[in-house]
Amino acid sequence: MAVLAANDLRKSYDGEEVVAGVSFGIQAGECFGLLGPNGAGKTTTLRLCLGLTDPDSGSVELMQRPVPGEARPARARVGVVPQMDNLDPDFSVEENLLVYGRYFGLAERAVRQRIPQLLEFAGLAARAKSRIQTLSGGMKRRLTLARALINDPDLIFMDEPTTGLDPQARHLIWERLKQLLAQGKTIVLTTHFMEEAERLCARLAIMDRGRFITEGSPRDLILRHIEPHVIEVHGDGVMEWADREAGGLATRLEKSGDTAFCYAADPAPLLASLSARQELRYLHRPANLEDVFLKQTGRELRD
Amino acid sequence: MRFFAPPSMSLRFFPVWRRNLLVWRKLAIPSILGNLADPLIYVLGLGYGLGSMLPQVGGVPYIAFLAAGMVCSSTMNSATFESMYSAFSRMHVQRTWDAIMNAPVDLDDVVLAELVWAASKSVLSGVAILAVVWLLGLSSSILSLWAILLLPLIGLTFGALALAVTAMARSYDFFMYYFTLVITPMNLLCGVFFPVEQLPAAFQAVALFLPLTHAVAIARPLLLGHVPSDIFLHLGVLLAYAAAGFYAATILFRRRLLK
Repeated sequence: MAVLAANDLRKSYDGEEVVAGVSFGIQAGECFGLLGPNGAGKTTTLRLCLGLTDPDSGSVELMQRPVPGEARPARARVGVVPQMDNLDPDFSVEENLLVYGRYFGLAERAVRQRIPQLLEFAGLAARAKSRIQTLSGGMKRRLTLARALINDPDLIFMDEPTTGLDPQARHLIWERLKQLLAQGKTIVLTTHFMEEAERLCARLAIMDRGRFITEGSPRDLILRHIEPHVIEVHGDGVMEWADREAGGLATRLEKSGDTAFCYAADPAPLLASLSARQELRYLHRPANLEDVFLKQTGRELRD
Repeated sequence: MRFFAPPSMSLRFFPVWRRNLLVWRKLAIPSILGNLADPLIYVLGLGYGLGSMLPQVGGVPYIAFLAAGMVCSSTMNSATFESMYSAFSRMHVQRTWDAIMNAPVDLDDVVLAELVWAASKSVLSGVAILAVVWLLGLSSSILSLWAILLLPLIGLTFGALALAVTAMARSYDFFMYYFTLVITPMNLLCGVFFPVEQLPAAFQAVALFLPLTHAVAIARPLLLGHVPSDIFLHLGVLLAYAAAGFYAATILFRRRLLK
C-alpha cells in the first residue's frame, strides 16, 4: 500500500525551479531516504508532500488523500520532525506534548495517558517537568520525535533528524527510528549524513538541483555507480604521482585539494605503486554511499 | 489562486488559542498589572493633574471624560501589541506556527486563533481599566456595563489591523513605523484626550475615517450614562476595519508562509 505518492512535482521560486519534476512512491513500512546537498530541494519536496505549499504542477497523494486538497485530514495520520527546533519554549517537556496533542483534536485523557510512554521512548521520563531551555540538543531532538508521535502516526517525516548532534545522541535517535520501523511505521528521512542513510534506509534517492538523479537501495547504488575500492592518497608529491602512475592504474581518479581519490575494481596495482612511495600516506577502504553522493552531485561547495 | 480565497474559519483555532492562554496563565498577574499601569498613570496623572486646571470638558469633569478614552485606547494598545510583537515571536522567532501547521491545523486557523487571542487579551486590559474607573466612581451609569460588550470588537478591529502589519514585518523594528505613524496619531486625533471637535476641520475629517474615533464615540456616552448616537454607523466602521484587516492579514500571511 502506498502511503505517499508524488507525481511529476514542480515548484519554482522567482523563476528558478527548486523542484523540477519529482516522482516517487513510498510503501507502508518502508524507510525512504532523500539525500542531497543543501539547496537540492529536499525541504521543499517535504513541504509539498505535507500540503504546506502548492505545487506549480504535478500531484501528491498522502495517506491516499489528494494534497493539498485534503492535506489536513492526511496530516492527522502523519508525524513531522522538522529540521529547525520549534519546541514551545514557554512550556515544560510534558506541556509541549499535551498542547501538541490538542492540535490533533485528540481527547485530553488519551493524550495524558500517552505522554509517559512517549517520554519513556524518548529517554526523557525524568524530565517531564523540565523547561525546554534546560534540555541539551539531543534531548530536544528526542522530544521533537516524541511530539511527532503524539498522534500515533503511520508515516513520519524527518528532516535532517540528527544534524548538530553528538555521536551518542545520534546513535540513540537511530536506535529509536529502528524501533519505529520494527513497529511497522513508515519513515521518510532527509539527510546529508550518508552513514545515517546507509544504516536506516532500505531505499533512497539522491536529489540535486530539484531532480532525483538516482534511486535504489544503498548497496545497489554503490554497485551501480562506484568501483568497489577507494584509495585516498595525500602527502608530498601526490599530484605528480597521481598524474604519472595512478591515472593508469585506477579505473577513475579524482583530485580534490591535496588528496587524490583513486577508484578501482582491483586495488592491488595501486597499493603496489604506493608501497614504493614512502612519502605518500593513504587510506584504503570499501566504496560507500558518500562516494556515490559526491560522484553524482560533485565536490564543489553548495550553500 | 488560493491566496485570495476568503479566510476559512473553523473551531480548529481553539487549541491554538488555548496554547496562548496556557502561556499567559504562567505570567498572568504581572501581565495584568503591566497592562494596567500605563493607562492608569494617564488617567490619574492627566485626569487629576491636567483636569484640575480645566473647566468641565464635554459637560463632565476632565477625568471622567478621559476615562472612556483610555478604556478604548488601552484596549487598542493591548490588541496591537499582542498581534505584533507576540504573534511575530511565535511566527518568526520561535517557529511555533510551523510546528502547529505540521498538525492538522491550517494557517487560516492559526491566524484566526491569533486574532481571537489578541482580542481576548485586550478585553482583559479593557475590563481592568473599566474596573478602576468604576472603583474611582468616574462612571456610575448602568449603561457603562454595555462597554464590556464593545471591548471584544475593539480588540478584534485593532488586532486584525496589527496582524496585517505583522504579516509584512521582517523584524521587530518594523513595528515602530506602525506605532509612530498609526497608533500614536490615532491616540491624539480620535477623541481620547480631548473632543475631536477641538481639532481643525481637516484633522476632524481625517479622524472621521479612523477606527478609534468610532470606538470612543460609543464608549464615552455609555460611560457617561447616555445612549450613543449613530451607534450602527460606529459599529459598522469598526466591523469593516476588523473584516478588512483580517482578510488582508490572511492573504499576506499566506503569501509569506505558504509560498
